[in-house]
Amino acid sequence: MARAVTPRRKALTTALAWAIGFLIFFPILWTILTSFKTEAEAIASPPKFLFFDWTLENYGVVQDRSNYMRFLWNSVIIAGGSTLLGILVAVPAAWSMAFVPSRRTKDILMWMLSTKMLPAVGVLYPIYLIFIKLGLLDTRIGLIVVLMLINLPIIVWMLYTYFREIPGEILEAARMDGASLRDEILYVLTPMAVPGIASTILLNFILAWNEAFWTLNLTAANAGPLTAFIASYSSPEGLFFAKLSAASTMAIAPILILGWFSQKQLVRGLTFGAVK
Amino acid sequence: MGKITLEQVSKSFGEVRVIPPLDLTIEDGEFAVFVGPSGCGKSTLLRLIAGLEDVTGGTIRIDGKDATEVPPAKRGLAMVFQSYALYPHMTVRKNIAFPLRMAKLPQAEIDRRVAGAAQVLNLTDYLDRRPGQLSGGQRQRVAIGRAIVREPAAFLFDEPLSNLDAALRVGMRLEISELHKRLKTTMIYVTHDQVEAMTMADKIVVLRAGHIEQVGSPLDLYRSPRNLFVAGFIGSPRMNFIEGPEAARHGARTIGIRPEHIAVSADEGPWSGVVGVSEHLGSDTFFHIHDTGLAETITVRAGGEVGFNHGDRVRLTPREDQVHRFDEKGLRIA
Repeated sequence: MARAVTPRRKALTTALAWAIGFLIFFPILWTILTSFKTEAEAIASPPKFLFFDWTLENYGVVQDRSNYMRFLWNSVIIAGGSTLLGILVAVPAAWSMAFVPSRRTKDILMWMLSTKMLPAVGVLYPIYLIFIKLGLLDTRIGLIVVLMLINLPIIVWMLYTYFREIPGEILEAARMDGASLRDEILYVLTPMAVPGIASTILLNFILAWNEAFWTLNLTAANAGPLTAFIASYSSPEGLFFAKLSAASTMAIAPILILGWFSQKQLVRGLTFGAVK
Repeated sequence: MGKITLEQVSKSFGEVRVIPPLDLTIEDGEFAVFVGPSGCGKSTLLRLIAGLEDVTGGTIRIDGKDATEVPPAKRGLAMVFQSYALYPHMTVRKNIAFPLRMAKLPQAEIDRRVAGAAQVLNLTDYLDRRPGQLSGGQRQRVAIGRAIVREPAAFLFDEPLSNLDAALRVGMRLEISELHKRLKTTMIYVTHDQVEAMTMADKIVVLRAGHIEQVGSPLDLYRSPRNLFVAGFIGSPRMNFIEGPEAARHGARTIGIRPEHIAVSADEGPWSGVVGVSEHLGSDTFFHIHDTGLAETITVRAGGEVGFNHGDRVRLTPREDQVHRFDEKGLRIA
């Protein structure tokens, strides 16, 4: 028997959902609000929520002091490049694990995921040295490669899960129809997996965009993305809260907007297979 | 041309031997049906021929050429799957055209062949739909269309009708038979349904646990089953098996007699029993007779107008010329 949903219960759950949503969103909201305050109001106690002198001054200062567009461009190149490269490597890998599994496939998947359990700082030193040797320090290509490798386990896992949902008989049919391996992946598997691939790309782009450890440690003036841009405003001395908030707002705005427009795709992608 | 020869072909999955070495020849233009209970290896055998599974040992020849190591795409065979396996993101037109596109045929030729196949299969009005918008029967036709446009050396069907409802199944059975008569291309058809096997095949291959139990025309198998398994598997309802003194009287360990070869009457005949369940099909009636002292149940086919009630005592007359005799190994005694 279906559970009766009374208007009262519905109103209650709706209110609860909004409350939780607001709670999660609050830090971001606070950052955005702070970015419109003066430095003095930013640290006022008790804090001022909405009734302060709204000002755009911080954005002006931030724009004057540092070249936002250059950081933004670096972020786009690094997040986009590492995602694209990751997908190119992961699609064939996930294909082979999903459709021609061996006895060790599960172990390989687990082993790949286990690299995510390692604290990143544990391999900072060797990677730093390799970067120096290869001249990759503070280059976008270096970061693209590192972020691709870091997120690769997640991309492979996600794609593997999506591919497993595709009936193997359809790929066999393609093989019988004379498709080479390349044709099979290009014309049959990929189009069928588009929703899965799209949400994988989206999630990976967001992860790469927000990645701070490697982007901060391996860049200086040239290849720094928006994470470096924000970090340059955090300082142990002086009043920088409002400006830091303005910088943060500018840094998260693109990904927030992207996420907003693609939320349907993202939710569908993340729950794919679980609720079908 | 599509003569297919298997020489000592075997298949194991790990330690499990699914198909022990077997030999089989399917002549060009023949309609061969692999039939057997589920798990008998008939689908595996088909997939070995298709190249979707690698053989563990032996040689597969297609038109005399060794195709054992040839990938499925290059064997020149077309396959129709149980699930139809249509490409859900392509229209019917693109589904049918896919193998031609893979073969890099010129567009004009592709269009011509797709139109031809669509006409044959009554799909012309559906060419721009996607598989999701089609009924089961139509999807099946698209799958067949995708197979015939290539003009393959042979067609492989893997239980293609088992997802269709009964009425549609009979219709598609006729259509596939019709197609075979017209194209005269080799067809290998896998099914667990002996009615499909009997009605469609030129040659039936009965399989059990990977072994070929018998190969022959439908009537060969019906008239002279080589052993008890084939005798019991081919024919519906099943053949009656009788052991004991009655079998000994015929000089056999077991005798078999089909329901259609036993006459039933109220007062005449050497065997007697009590009517249990009667199944009235209209044209025929099947009586399940108990207490005969021969076997637990003897099934008898009678005309639709014959009526006995549950519990009636009846007498049975087997046709002596239709009694099949089997020895202690279950093999037919000639």
